[in-house]
Amino acid sequence: MTEQSLERDRTAFAGAAGANPAEVGASTDAALVHETGLEVEVRSQWTYARRRFMRHRLAVVSLVILIIIFTAGFTAPWIAPYSFEGYDINNLEVGPTLSGGHVFGTDLLGRDYFSRVLFGIRTSIHVAFIVTILAVAIGTAIGMVAGYYSRWADNLLMRFTDLILTLPALAVLLTAAAFLGHGSQYRVAVIVSLLLWTLLARIVRGQFLSLREKEYIDAAKAAGSGDLRIMFRHMLPNCMGPIVVFATLTLGGAILLESYLSYLGFGVQPPTPALGKLIADGQDVSSHDWWLVTFPGLTIVLIVLCINFVGDGLRDALDPTQRVRA
Amino acid sequence: MTGCATRSTRLSEFVPEPVLSIRDLTVEFKTEDGVVHAVENVSYDIAAGETLGIVGESGSGKSVSMLAVLGLIPQPPGRIVRGEALYKGRDLLRMPKGELRRIRGGEVAMVFQDPMTSLNPVLKVGEQLSEAIQAHNDGVSDKESRKRGVALLALVGVPKAEQRYDQYPHEFSGGMRQRAMIAMAIANSPSLLIADEPTTALDVTIQAQIIEVMKAAQRETHAATILITHDLGLVAELADHVVVMYAGRVVERGDVFTIFSNPRHPYTVGLMESLPGLAVEQVTLQPIPGQPPSLISLPPGCAFHPRCALSNGRARCRTETPDLREAGAAEHVAACHFSEELEGYKSKLVGAA
Repeated sequence: MTEQSLERDRTAFAGAAGANPAEVGASTDAALVHETGLEVEVRSQWTYARRRFMRHRLAVVSLVILIIIFTAGFTAPWIAPYSFEGYDINNLEVGPTLSGGHVFGTDLLGRDYFSRVLFGIRTSIHVAFIVTILAVAIGTAIGMVAGYYSRWADNLLMRFTDLILTLPALAVLLTAAAFLGHGSQYRVAVIVSLLLWTLLARIVRGQFLSLREKEYIDAAKAAGSGDLRIMFRHMLPNCMGPIVVFATLTLGGAILLESYLSYLGFGVQPPTPALGKLIADGQDVSSHDWWLVTFPGLTIVLIVLCINFVGDGLRDALDPTQRVRA
Repeated sequence: MTGCATRSTRLSEFVPEPVLSIRDLTVEFKTEDGVVHAVENVSYDIAAGETLGIVGESGSGKSVSMLAVLGLIPQPPGRIVRGEALYKGRDLLRMPKGELRRIRGGEVAMVFQDPMTSLNPVLKVGEQLSEAIQAHNDGVSDKESRKRGVALLALVGVPKAEQRYDQYPHEFSGGMRQRAMIAMAIANSPSLLIADEPTTALDVTIQAQIIEVMKAAQRETHAATILITHDLGLVAELADHVVVMYAGRVVERGDVFTIFSNPRHPYTVGLMESLPGLAVEQVTLQPIPGQPPSLISLPPGCAFHPRCALSNGRARCRTETPDLREAGAAEHVAACHFSEELEGYKSKLVGAA
């Protein structure tokens, strides 16, 4: 179709409709808005979602707190006042003071606990992010294939998912940690993520099963789009809401799981501090050095709480049943 | 309905090779209640540049036969039992998947019924339009496809096409969406355009505009057009040939003038009787009594006999399934044992046209 012929037929069309192009344009209300200069900005579902999220005050506050904590964690090597393993021989077991330079106190060896908590956050969220990314990738991929191809692929993958779901997570994690040896935080992350993808796989599968029946998917097929294009371009963007919510909540779950493992001594190995490990270290002397348990513990609570609030806010913002339909 | 009288005689000028030739198409669906015989032994041809109207009630197999041709019937539960759909000599029903995919949206394009649900809500209209272009033209740059997409939107009468290109479907009204759908369908200059009730979901004023857009689209692409509808007015306006379907079977087939002026199947007559005519003063419309039959267990003999005014309890209608047979005019066939009795029936619609 050449440019010229398009132009020719455009005018032909306008003539056929018995109107000039401007009048044809004015025939719908949406077009009228344009005519009167009230330009409508392009609003995607994300614009709407962001607005709804911003109305959720608790979620916004939580998000701000999270950003502060995460930034502090990621930049720990540069902003921490002390090294996480540096000894301050003159300040063994001092309580938290604002004036003495050790805001969260020090432990038996004189290590600054504020710095150790910062590095602990860094380790924990590092692991948590890897876990989340891997779990989302695995869960989405398996859910997509199962939901799109259904039939035997669905059967096979969902029975496999059921199998993973029946595994007692903590027992598997501890066994795996014991056999695979300690040390690398990445190894911990991979093992945890291999257990956490199941829920998302089921969610995405369900979404795909229902999306498959949508007329616009048929329309895309009729337009000649291939399987991959339909899966990634047409169906996946329609599942982003649940995936984002799942990712957020998994982040919190992963921080907790990593804390259990580190607490039990199967996670990240000393001297690298992790939040769970700090609690484990502190509990032996917690009867008199309360700060060694309290600060890392509070940090975990605060992070997970904030993540859950943000997750709630996102769910409200992205829930399609609440979306204002045009 | 001025279309009937003013349409040119483009049909009779030549006898072209059919673009699509459907033979004995039979489609079934397996359900828990039994096998649904959605389409049975349906045959028809459509030539280049021609418009074929397929009419019938809901569930008469109009859409299913088209979806089957495009390979869009989920199998299972659907099953194409037999038949062929020759597109330019190649059987679409037995074509490898990849090859069929290249034809879909390229040479054979489809406009869906409900524009409110046929556009992906999370993708911009322009993105979906360029996708249709890029899927069938390797190496078209984004810039190029955008240019063509905007031109297409303008062609189908979307105002401010440049801005509209970047909007989401929910920012389009129903009529605008259907225009966009048509733009997508003609993006690759198809030789065959299938429109599945393109105006059903729209209100009457918008319907008139969409009909104009369909005409413009056909002028632009010279595509053979299959128009699936239950709107006889639309058929009178656009179609050259008409296929009337009932309970998954073709009951009458012929060119549009013959069908409207001299229908030879009581079902076609019933459809016309149930339409309000503009020219004729009329107090009550005559509906076809009863309900369409269940496609799981069709009535024996002629599927229409329980509702038929002509059958009148005659035994032959209950026992013998009528075949399509010549009904007077050339290429006019009807599946009724007693079609001759309808001779002389004058449709009030012809008066209106």
